[in-house]
Amino acid sequence: MSVPADLDRRFRDAAVAAGLLDAGYDVVDSPVGPLLVAATDEGIVRISYDADLDAELDRLARIAGPRVLRAPRRVDEARRQLDEYFEGRREGFELTVDLRGTAPFAERVLRELALVPYGHTTTYGALAAQAGVPQAARAVGTVMNRNPIPIVLPCHRVIGASGGLVGYGGGLERKERLLRLEGALLA
Amino acid sequence: MMAAVAATIPPFERFYAEHRDEVLRLLRRRLGATAAEDAFQETFLRALHAYGRLQHGEHLRAWVLTIAGRIAIDMLRRERPRGELPELADEDDRPAYEELADLTDELPPTERAAVVLRYGYDLPYDQIAAALGSNEAAARQAASSGVRRLRRRVR
Repeated sequence: MSVPADLDRRFRDAAVAAGLLDAGYDVVDSPVGPLLVAATDEGIVRISYDADLDAELDRLARIAGPRVLRAPRRVDEARRQLDEYFEGRREGFELTVDLRGTAPFAERVLRELALVPYGHTTTYGALAAQAGVPQAARAVGTVMNRNPIPIVLPCHRVIGASGGLVGYGGGLERKERLLRLEGALLA
Repeated sequence: MMAAVAATIPPFERFYAEHRDEVLRLLRRRLGATAAEDAFQETFLRALHAYGRLQHGEHLRAWVLTIAGRIAIDMLRRERPRGELPELADEDDRPAYEELADLTDELPPTERAAVVLRYGYDLPYDQIAAALGSNEAAARQAASSGVRRLRRRVR
């Protein structure tokens, strides 16, 4: 005998309503595969492709606290905005992000990254310059690769100086797909 | 030091997934299917509330079953304000009536049945009387002399 789905769901909803979670998460379907989306009271703290659930839970517990629960309601707003984005009806996200667990340099770069507009691309070098560290293109590449909140923080818009896509934490196929969706890639 | 201790507390999702079925089984046994659902929510909300203050991740199963057991007793008391329910330790899987069965082995058969039905199954005296083929006063009498006999033996 196991817990009926509706009882399970009611508990998860009640946990959100009571404000008892350090982080709530759910798996959101998308055209680029299932996304694990997690949020704290501060904002979206994680979006993960091909998530290793156990590792993600441990990391969330470490950075936000142990009260981590799958709680669909907690990420309803993010899910809605992601759906709109993938349907081509949304160009910017109105979501706060929680960058705890991110080193100060990475955070500075990610805040700059957030300013790169929909449908545009920039280069690792240009982003480094904008973050005030023009020599650090390679380090910026590492930050992009470890971006904890891809899509919302648009590391897919950062490409090589020669126009090559270079790399993507979620795989180049996804990077290309997101850029096509935004009309940034025509070929 | 702090980090090592904290690391032994699993993310709540894992704790919940591991114990939810057993908690619901216990509550259904004590309260019936409908009331068990309310108690289930209450149990895990209370656990969630305290979870951030846990010092370590040991004995989590016993901890959550104890919370569930207390909530069940509270709900039964609210239902039957004049009831005299014992605080049965229920930190393992065994139903209360099984624990009582060991304790009551040496009672005379009628007293034993009355004690087990009253305190193990939470049956009201009219149903115990029906089960014993006697009347309510006799059932009450059998249960109370059984408890007196147990008390004497414990001393």
